[in-house]
Amino acid sequence: MGLIEKFFALLEPQHWGVHPDDHKRPAADAPLRSLPLPERLYIPLQQHIGAAARPIVLVGQSVLKGQLLAEAQGATSAAIHASTSGTVAAIGDVTAPHPSGLPFAAITLAADGDDRWADTGTAVDPFALPPPEVARRVAAAGVVGLGGATFPSALKLGLGLKAEIHTLIINGGECEPYLSCDDRLMRDFATETVDGIRIMLHATGAKQALVGIEDNKPEAIAAMTAAAQGYSEIAIRPVPARYPMGSEKHLFSELTGTEVPADGRTTDLGALVHNVGTAWAVHEALRNNRPLVERIVTVNGGAVARPGNIRVPVGALVEDVLAFVGLREEPARLVMGGPMMGSLLPHRRVPVVKGSSGILALTAVEAAGFDPGPCIRCSSCVRACPVGLLPLEMSARIANGDLDGAVAFGLKDCIACGCCSFVCPSRIPLVHYFNHAKGELAAQGRAQLRNEAAKRLVAARAERLERDAREKAEVAARRKAERAAAKAAEAARSAAASSEATT
Amino acid sequence: MISESASLAAAAPIASPHAHAGGRVSLVMLKVMAALAPATLFGFWLYGWPAIHLWLITVLFALLGEAFSLRVMGRRALPVLMDGSALLTGWLLALSLPPWAPWWIGATGGLFATIVAKQLFGGLGQNLFNPAMVARVALLISFPVAMTQWTAPLPLGSAGAPDFIHGLQITLGGLGAKSQLDAVSSATLLGHAKTELSRGLDLFHSLAGEHAPTLSPVGARAGSLGETSALLIAAGGIAMIFMGLISWHIPLAMLAAIAVPAAIGHAVDPARHLDAASHVLSGAAMLGAFFIATDYVTSPNTRTGQLVFGAGCGFLTWVIRTWGGYPEGVAFAVLLMNALTPAIDRLLKPRIYGRDRKGRPREPAP
Amino acid sequence: MIAAILSLTLLGAVLGFGLGIAAKKFAVETDARVAEIAALMPGSNCGQCGFPGCAGAAAAIAEGSATVTVCPPGGKALAGALAAKLGISIDLSGVADAGPKIAAIAEEICIGCCRCVKECPTDAIVGAAKQIHAVMREACTGCGNCIDRCPTEAMKMEPVPVTLQHWVWPKPVVTEAEPSWA
Repeated sequence: MGLIEKFFALLEPQHWGVHPDDHKRPAADAPLRSLPLPERLYIPLQQHIGAAARPIVLVGQSVLKGQLLAEAQGATSAAIHASTSGTVAAIGDVTAPHPSGLPFAAITLAADGDDRWADTGTAVDPFALPPPEVARRVAAAGVVGLGGATFPSALKLGLGLKAEIHTLIINGGECEPYLSCDDRLMRDFATETVDGIRIMLHATGAKQALVGIEDNKPEAIAAMTAAAQGYSEIAIRPVPARYPMGSEKHLFSELTGTEVPADGRTTDLGALVHNVGTAWAVHEALRNNRPLVERIVTVNGGAVARPGNIRVPVGALVEDVLAFVGLREEPARLVMGGPMMGSLLPHRRVPVVKGSSGILALTAVEAAGFDPGPCIRCSSCVRACPVGLLPLEMSARIANGDLDGAVAFGLKDCIACGCCSFVCPSRIPLVHYFNHAKGELAAQGRAQLRNEAAKRLVAARAERLERDAREKAEVAARRKAERAAAKAAEAARSAAASSEATT
Repeated sequence: MISESASLAAAAPIASPHAHAGGRVSLVMLKVMAALAPATLFGFWLYGWPAIHLWLITVLFALLGEAFSLRVMGRRALPVLMDGSALLTGWLLALSLPPWAPWWIGATGGLFATIVAKQLFGGLGQNLFNPAMVARVALLISFPVAMTQWTAPLPLGSAGAPDFIHGLQITLGGLGAKSQLDAVSSATLLGHAKTELSRGLDLFHSLAGEHAPTLSPVGARAGSLGETSALLIAAGGIAMIFMGLISWHIPLAMLAAIAVPAAIGHAVDPARHLDAASHVLSGAAMLGAFFIATDYVTSPNTRTGQLVFGAGCGFLTWVIRTWGGYPEGVAFAVLLMNALTPAIDRLLKPRIYGRDRKGRPREPAP
Repeated sequence: MIAAILSLTLLGAVLGFGLGIAAKKFAVETDARVAEIAALMPGSNCGQCGFPGCAGAAAAIAEGSATVTVCPPGGKALAGALAAKLGISIDLSGVADAGPKIAAIAEEICIGCCRCVKECPTDAIVGAAKQIHAVMREACTGCGNCIDRCPTEAMKMEPVPVTLQHWVWPKPVVTEAEPSWA
């Protein structure tokens, strides 16, 4: 940090982020419940970043709980397992839990009601296994990042081995309002979570683990501190409650005091960030040989009659979950995830996936409407932005179709946390503008690649046509030469014959 | 199969966030007006009915100008008028006018502020210059006599104060009606000092006179309609800081940048330079620092930029007051700094996470 | 008087000379934009624009005799990129963009005549005589040249389905708000 930087830091202390009403209680304090097994589960093949899994079961086949349904395909992918025992009823499209309402492929499972586990082998001591074997088992269990990014966890662990990780950062921030699934997990499964953290330390070779928990969860902090007693390598670190504290880079900065360079990752600085839920899933995978087939989902919002945290099998419909907790009124908006970054659900018949941290049934009062007025340049968004961007300048450019201008103002550094839209008094849908621009830029990039590929094909074809023509010409020339030679020989022969005849 | 082709989402998907802090533009304007109210009411009391009439006329014509512009553009006027920005513009302009100015001063100013200085630029959020200050400067240059006719305080209910009808006559009749009451005409401290200095009389002599204007933080002095009570304006401004409407950066930087050069000038040559307190507490300094320069639209985005902006406003004010042709310089100073705001915004962007000030990725710490 | 005439004459001569040198030295023989525009075009020379190949269209766009929306396979994205390159503003919302389309073969009526294979500028159609042909989706630019060549009308253009991975948030629609005081 240069002198000028220090001067600016003094003038403008980092007041990033916002403090939304957290709405976490009473849902967080309600005891954990389990969703009664639905009759049908719709288990999507794509519940992670990367390529969709490839189904290895047939329609009509009987499967047991935890049995592999689809295997990972390609470098970045994750396995999918049966969430209960039953019969494969169909393999086809279902609506994705995504604002577009587009379909994606899923395996429909008709439950037989027994919920019988497959024989997944006997558990071994994970600390006796070599680290790559631990990562392999995590991959086989289909564990993905449960914080919402759903990046395949085994790949991240493997990355840890390659990049010489010294610190494991466990994200128990849960800064999104309304959500308390991580809170509940840390309260109810602290021992298991700490065990998962120790396994991840072993798998990555990291020396220490820092567990960041927002200070609005004193019970979780107490439970985790108690569970981590005796493990000096695990430190529970309360962090101030402020949105978006759970952002990977911001939690990293809060705990270590350094910033992740732009375009870089925390692994460049020797730290790997995992969610607490992932630690629990790693524990289940290694200690109990159980793949990731269920998760804790917070069901909350003003329209929910009995809000709380529910253990939901992957593939259960939002409809089933809402029926279980009951609705007080018709929700104005259904959201999967938290209110700040969650996605609007097109309707209730969408499945819960590995990355579903919450289902929110919001009333019209809770759900923010955007009836945008003109920007008054109050710069609330500038102060709220945790990245230090100028949302007002970016959105003005995007509104006028100047995507490059928005990129020049740092659009690519935007983490879509929603702080700017949250505070905007003109109710401008800033994040919507940024989503649109990022999507357009990605589409343009794809079109560019396609164009270049087409150009290569055109060039290849031109070369082929030329080669064909050349070869044809060569063949023709050779034939001509041969014919000429044959003719000459013939002529010579006939000449010889005639001369012979004359002599 | 559950692809019941999402009719809901296909219409118009709503992006996150699905929550809002609750602020609204109209609410912001309402709060600013509430913070302005004490100083305004004091002005009404101090200068009586003519001031109230002038305020009403200015605000009314500002609203009319806004409505007229919107109708010409084929837009519905009422929804835009409801955001309160035109009302606030008219209000701020009225506070900066001589309290007994004739009605056409307020009318012309109000129309000029909203039509020329605001809507011609594209409406709310698009204007480069503060509309109230553009209108004030336009009036000052066009009608210098009417804009510098100050009246001594004549509080409501005191002997000789004009009643409702008489107040209306003063406002509508203009200078003619007012000249009957030559006893009330007065000078401001800044104006008096400037005039006497230009006549070659130094401050020791000019301020020692029996009728010389004095300093009054409470505001019992000659001056613009709502600019006299430094205390009430500061109270409103501090309330706005506590409500989170504005930050302390612009007001503090501006007042400091007036006070520091003034104190130095006074120490060097007390015969030619008023002291810091006179500079800060008189004229439009207080209103400018808290309510004019802090206008969202025409001030910089970042805290650092706001400090630069505020300091520029303050220093230019002092320079214009000291060496300029006019006794008061807040309006000119603010307009000059408004012109610099885009440049300040461009130069002083916030630092992006993981990057240095120039936008390059940071070197990983060793 | 004379001094003024002389000085102005001298000034004019010097500046004129400078301009002349500049015109020679910095002369641009071909419009540099043509190459830049051609680089943006799909390059399949499908001919749907009515110009002789993509280079012809690029030249026409550069000299202004064709609009930036001339290329159907390029669609909105290309029109936007061209407008940005030329520094002009266009209203893309008016551009009919039916979304990208690619060729598909109805296998039950394909007779394996190989005519489409020969026509395809990117070799996106595979097939041998008397064998059913197939379109490689990744290679097809959607130029549509193969459609008319098919004797059995087995070729048709089909829109590329929008998938989750390719879906783009639509631009927010801004309608004038009804402000309220709450």
